[in-house]
Order: sequence, then structure tokens, then C-alpha cells
Amino acid sequence: MILDAHIPGGNISEKWTRHKFELKLVNPTNKRKFKIIVVGTGLAGASAAASLGELGYQVLSFCYQDSPRRAHSIAAQGGINAAKNYTNDGDSVYRLFYDTVKGGDFRAREANVHRLAECSNSIIDQCVAQGVPFGRDYGGLLANRSFGGTQVSRTFYARGQTGQQLLLGAYQALMRQVAKGSVKIFPRRDMQDLVVIDGKARGIVVRNLITGKLESYEADAVCLATGGYGNVFYLSTNAKGSNVSPAWQAYKKGALFANPCYTQIHPTCIPVTGDHQSKLTLMSESLRNDGRIWVPKKAGDTRSVDQIPENERYYYLEERYPSFGNLVPRDVASRNAKMVCDNGMGVGATKRAVYLDFGDAIKRLGVGGVSAKYGNLFQMYQKITDEDPYKVPMRIYPASHYTMGGLWVDYNLMSTIPGCFVLGEANFSDHGANRLGASALMQGLADGYFVLPYTIGGYFAGQKLEKVSASDAAFIEAEKQTMERLNKLLGIHGKRTVSEFHRELGHIMWEDVGMGRNKAGLEDALKRIPELREEFWKNVTVLGSEGDFNQNLESANHVADFLEFGELLARDALHREESCGGHFREEHQTADGEAMRDDNNFCYVGAWEYKGEGGVPELSKEPLTFDNVHLVTRSYK
Amino acid sequence: MNLTLKIWRQKDAKSKGQFETVRIEGISPDMSFLEMLDVVNEQQMKQGKEGFAFDHDCREGICGMCSLVINGMPHGPDYAVTTCQLHMRKFKDGDTIVIEPWRSAAFPVIKDCVVNRSAFDRIIQAGGYVSINTNSAPDAATIPVPKDQADRAFDAAACIGCGACVAACKNSSAMLFVAAKVSHLSFLPQGKVEAKKRVLAMVAQMDKEGFGNCTNLYECQAACPKGITVDYIAKMNREYLGATITYAEKVYGKEL
Repeated sequence: MILDAHIPGGNISEKWTRHKFELKLVNPTNKRKFKIIVVGTGLAGASAAASLGELGYQVLSFCYQDSPRRAHSIAAQGGINAAKNYTNDGDSVYRLFYDTVKGGDFRAREANVHRLAECSNSIIDQCVAQGVPFGRDYGGLLANRSFGGTQVSRTFYARGQTGQQLLLGAYQALMRQVAKGSVKIFPRRDMQDLVVIDGKARGIVVRNLITGKLESYEADAVCLATGGYGNVFYLSTNAKGSNVSPAWQAYKKGALFANPCYTQIHPTCIPVTGDHQSKLTLMSESLRNDGRIWVPKKAGDTRSVDQIPENERYYYLEERYPSFGNLVPRDVASRNAKMVCDNGMGVGATKRAVYLDFGDAIKRLGVGGVSAKYGNLFQMYQKITDEDPYKVPMRIYPASHYTMGGLWVDYNLMSTIPGCFVLGEANFSDHGANRLGASALMQGLADGYFVLPYTIGGYFAGQKLEKVSASDAAFIEAEKQTMERLNKLLGIHGKRTVSEFHRELGHIMWEDVGMGRNKAGLEDALKRIPELREEFWKNVTVLGSEGDFNQNLESANHVADFLEFGELLARDALHREESCGGHFREEHQTADGEAMRDDNNFCYVGAWEYKGEGGVPELSKEPLTFDNVHLVTRSYK
Repeated sequence: MNLTLKIWRQKDAKSKGQFETVRIEGISPDMSFLEMLDVVNEQQMKQGKEGFAFDHDCREGICGMCSLVINGMPHGPDYAVTTCQLHMRKFKDGDTIVIEPWRSAAFPVIKDCVVNRSAFDRIIQAGGYVSINTNSAPDAATIPVPKDQADRAFDAAACIGCGACVAACKNSSAMLFVAAKVSHLSFLPQGKVEAKKRVLAMVAQMDKEGFGNCTNLYECQAACPKGITVDYIAKMNREYLGATITYAEKVYGKEL
């Protein structure tokens, strides 16, 4: 398939302005004739649904949680970037654009990233006006900090709860539209299928999680803001309910899935304690500003921290990357932690952890100084581990956190299915192969507040959409197939639970398709995942009935999709014979273990097309060109 | 650790519920409370029985989805944590633990320990926002906010909407939840424009949903996982009183 991103012409800084002018408009009185479905109520979904409602469209907003306010954007801690340059340290839209393209290891579209940087300032204005309580200084103005290794302070934050406060802002805007009648909300609904009629996305089938009943909704466009697929690793910092299913349903209906191998492993998470572990908790990487990361120099060292003298400690990031030290990008920090643990230098009961030590910071700033900066994180760590990080170093280990891949979209955020738009983490767009800290919140809100509301109008104005109804044959057929699948799951009566399969899949993904990947491991995963999937459909036990509140069935349905999706992730990782950003192929590294990109052969977006059950997905390539930011090797030495 | 659990089973809102006793062995003190329940449910399913239904999602104490009354206390015995952040080291080997849903007429049970909290969404719909359309905001730096006020607004905005305050209250009052949102917005200049209308409308909706009144026992404050204090209820009462006297279009039963 030829992938046309529909990138507007002109100079990089004029493209978005020009595109907004060239997009056809929908007359204000005609907007109410269009019905739009938005699935997901995180930053992207809630901001889109609220903004579309304000414009006068009829909006239906769906989420699987009991309230739109609970979407997992709420858990983002660190902050949100914007090129305000309030700190007068030389930031600009162009610098934010440049840093994001480079941070993404040159695997993002320049035009998209520039637009993101352009929108960043409006996001801050919008959120402040909504009452988002960003951190302020004593003059009453907004405070900024440097985050994730950037050289300028462009990150706005709301203590360690930035995602929560931004989401509540968007949620409140959404509730305002609900009160006005322009948006209807449908909580506790789990999407089961995307309905495509005459080649266009025209509605969805959802399962009402309270009654178990299937419900169909027709619309003129369907927007998926359904988050990432990090839970394919079983353990991740995602919410337990986060899933790939809506994206996977769209993929099976013809939307291409781009770059699934770009997964971000966050370096500062609390380590696993045992098999019972159900999720991992991230601690803001701002901790790396003052904490020093080390392991004992001697492999297998079981001495307690106070018994290990300074000269027997290996501050591996400081030694290997003297200019960035502990502040190297996430992928570099994560890979190095894995490497020292693989070499037997890991600490703690499981030996899969490294120390993050605040001893020096406490000497420099005092306990009060450290507590003022990181008090809530220290408290969280203590609650979970029962250890006092003021006295003993924290133990940290990387965990799956964010996924840069997602459904392929053009510049208008439309997938390869006309009328199916994809926003936020669910699309593949702006982060390339690696997302920078504090950029996810920016992208979700840019897509929802400032991009989709314009581009969707261009879609509606450009054509005539036939009238469809939720009682049409296509919906009835989708409901029938969904019901067959649910009944199939309930009829297996096997011996292993859904979690056991999910955990095993996660284990394969983490070991073979995780931080370090190689050909043999990936080929092994491509063999084992289908075997596991086959066993799942023969031997899983799912209890209860389909016409009832049934959490077991919900999760079985999601795990079934992860068992298919995991294979595509591994396939993409195998095909991409280079190391870039969140994708590290062990065959492609320098002598001292740094990632080696192959710009001659892999400077493209790899997008996969579904070819039926048992068929081999087909790869299409969207070449990436860099007219403004020149291709260089990332170096943090 | 080996534990005896008495867990609430209820088919749906219309059915009568009852406690079911389950014994569980080999629980690690490092497990979270919900991970312990995962183990219970795995064990139930292996025996061909449906697991207990309970709400949960982020499992890091911020989404507000988890909602269990544990030994009579919403979110259990630990201070300022949600159920998902409660760890088993807070219990002893041999303990009996009683697990129930939030109990309030305004939060009907859906199944077992899962309740319907959409009343909270409707209270926010009544006015828990600043009326600002996308792209009509002035530059962020044109709205300075004194730091102490910004901090107080933030303390209130930390509410996760879990409903523990309601579950803790003998009157099922939602005053702490409503006060948190009213205060968050009225401390900020952005929220002052609509402050009177907001407090009247949100309180009216709260009453309409069937939540009870506040009788100053402060159980809500003790149960709140985010440490939101009853000072905000006092603030809301002041705002409410002021608004009833000075707001032109007051109020009950009338469209706001």
C-alpha cells in the first residue's frame, strides 16, 4: 500500500497554518448533523470530545472505566513540555521541534513534530484557564523545570500529579459539554468492533460491562483515543485495564499498524517482588536529577549498602556517559541497568535492580531539601517497599511504560480507514522511536484540543456520507461475530486462568522482545507466541456468562488480542535490522554498546496490514525525509 | 501469611447480598491488597467458581477506581492510601479480614464489591468546571495566582473522586468531594467568575443524588486517601451561604 501522509507543502513553520486555511470548513449550523464517536477519555479522548462538542458536533464518548476521569493519563507524574520560554533560556518552537525529532532518533515525521511544538503553548494557556493548578513561584507566575535531559527548562508541572490535573481539566471541560447536551457519555463500555461500511468507519459495537449486553452505535466518524499496548508485557506501568483491543479491531478492519516495535522501557520503576506482582509503579525520572545510580563492582555481592566502600561501587552511567551522567535518555538508562544486572551486579532479593542513591543529595541539600523536592515519591516508595529511602538507597529497575508505535495516521490523524481517526498514544505519530519525558501529555492534548477539531471538519466537508443506522446489516453482523467470540471463550472450560496466559506472554515479550532484542530470540518468540495462543484457545478457563458483569471475560477478551498483537510486535522488531530509540537490536551496536541506526535502509515508518487469520501481515513503508533537522547519531557521551 | 476473608457477594443491585468466607494461604507481606485478592480469585477460578468482582485500574493510587471497605474502613487501616496501595504487611498471620463495597444509597451495588458512582460525574456536570472553550484562553502568564492560594487550590484538586468520604460517613454525605472541587476552583481567579453559581448548583445536585448531610464527624477526612481536610467543607459552607444571599438567580428547582 502506498502511504500518503498528506503533508502540506511549504516551509516547515508554515505547513500547519497553511493546512488549517486549506482545510474545508463545515458550516456552523451543519455541524450538529454530524455524529462523532470518541473511544477513550484520557487526555486525547476527553480533550477531543469536549472540543468537538463545543464546536457543535454530536459527540458520543466511551470509556471502559466507571467514569471518564479515571483514564490512565491520570497517572502521568512528571510534566508537560511547552516552548513558552518563560525561563528566558533560549527555548523556542523550533528548539522543541528539533529536540523532539532528535530525541525520537529520527524516526518521526518532521511536519507532525513541528505542529506539536506549535500547539504546545496553546495547551498551557488552555489548561491554566480551565483551572489546572500548575506549580507557581512566589510571584504567582508559572514555574518550569528541566526534565528528561533537556538543556532548557520547558516543563510545566503540577507537583508529581501533572497527568491527573491535566486530565481533570479535560474531564471538567467534557462534563460541561455533557451538561449542555452536546456530548453523551457511555462509561463501562468496552469496544468490541469497528464497523466499516462502504470502506468508511461508521460506528462501533461495545459491550455494556454492567449488563453484558452488546450495543451498536452509528456515527459519521470514529475516533480512537484508546492508549498504548504496554500491557503486552503483562507487567507494565499501565493500568490493569489498558489494552490494545480497539486498535487491534481497527487493524483487522484495514487500519495499518505502524512501528509496533518502538516500546519505551522506563528506567525508574520499583522492582518486581514476586510472581504475584500485578503491575509496576513508576517513580518520576526527575529523581535522576539528584539520585546517583550504582551497583556493586563485584558480581554477586550480597553485602549491605553500608558495607560497600565508595571505591567498590560502580556508578556506571556517570562513568560511561560523563557529560550526561545519570540524566541520559530513558532508553540508554534502561539498557544499562539491564546490562549490569545481566552481568550479575544486580541488587536486592531478585538481583534485578540497581541502586538509586540519595546519600550525596542529602549531604548537599539536607533531608529537608530532598524531601521538599521528592517527598511524595519517597513516601510512595516507602509505602510499597517498606524501606526508608532517606536511609537506604532506592532499588529501581526498568519497566514497560509507553509505546511509541500505534495505528498509522496521516497528517490529519486519519488512519488508512477513511473516517477512523486515531489520537494520543494510540497513534504512532510524533515520538518516532523514542518519546522524550513530558512529551506524551503534550501530544495527547495537542491531538485532542488543537488538531482533530480542525482536521475532522476537512473530512466531513470533503464528501457526502450516506446515512447509516445501528440496525444495518453491518452492525448486526459485527454483533453476531462478537457474540460468537465471547461464547467461544466461555465454552473452552480449560485448566489455566487468563492471568496465567497473560503472564506467560509477558514473560516471552520481556525476555525476547524487551530491552535487548536479537534475531534468534525474536524468531523464538515468533514460534512461541502462536503456540501459546493456540493453547489459550484450547485450555483457558473463563467463568460466568456473557450477559452479566464479568471481569474474567473482559480480561480474556483483551488477552486474546494481546496474544495476536505480540506476534506483530516481534515481527516488526525482527524486520527492523537497526537499533533506534526504544528498539535495540543487539546485532546493531557499536563496540561500546551504543545503538546503531541504519539510515540508508530503515529511515521509514513500517506499517503492517492485516492479511486475514493465518495470513502473513504485509509491510508498507512511508519514507521519512529530514529537511530541517539533519540526521546525526545521538550521543550522550 | 494465612488469612480468613469474609467477602461481600451480591449478584446485582436488586439481589440481596451476603458475606462469603474464604481461607487463603501463603500470602506474601509484599503483596498489595488487590494482589492478594487476585490470588483469591485465581484460586476460586481453579475451583470452577467465579471470582469476586471488585473495581480497580491504575493500581498506583491515582485513578480512584478501587473502592473496598476493609474491616469497616474505606481503603483499609493504613493512613492516606487507596486500597491498591495498601500492603499485606499491615495485617498479621491468622487475621480475619472483612471486605465490603462502598455502602451508600447514592452508590448502588453493581456486583459484589463494585458500585455505581456516576452520581459524582453528575455533580461535576452541574458546575464543577470553568466555562472556557478550546482556544479562547488568554496567555497563561496573564493570570498570576498567589502561591499560597495556588497551593491550597492544589491540595483540594488532589481529590481522586473515589468516594471513600461517602463510604466513611454515617450519613453518606458527599460534602468532602463537593467541597474539594468547589474550593479548588474558587481559590483560583479563573474559577471566581462562576463561583456562586457553581456552589449552588453543585450542592443542589448533591442533594438530588441522595447524599446525606454533614454532621461534622470528620470520618471523611480520616478516610480520604489524598489527605483532603474538612477545612474545605467549611470553605464551601461559607461560599454557599454567601451565594444564597447574593446570587441573583437563586436557585433550587430552577434552571441555572
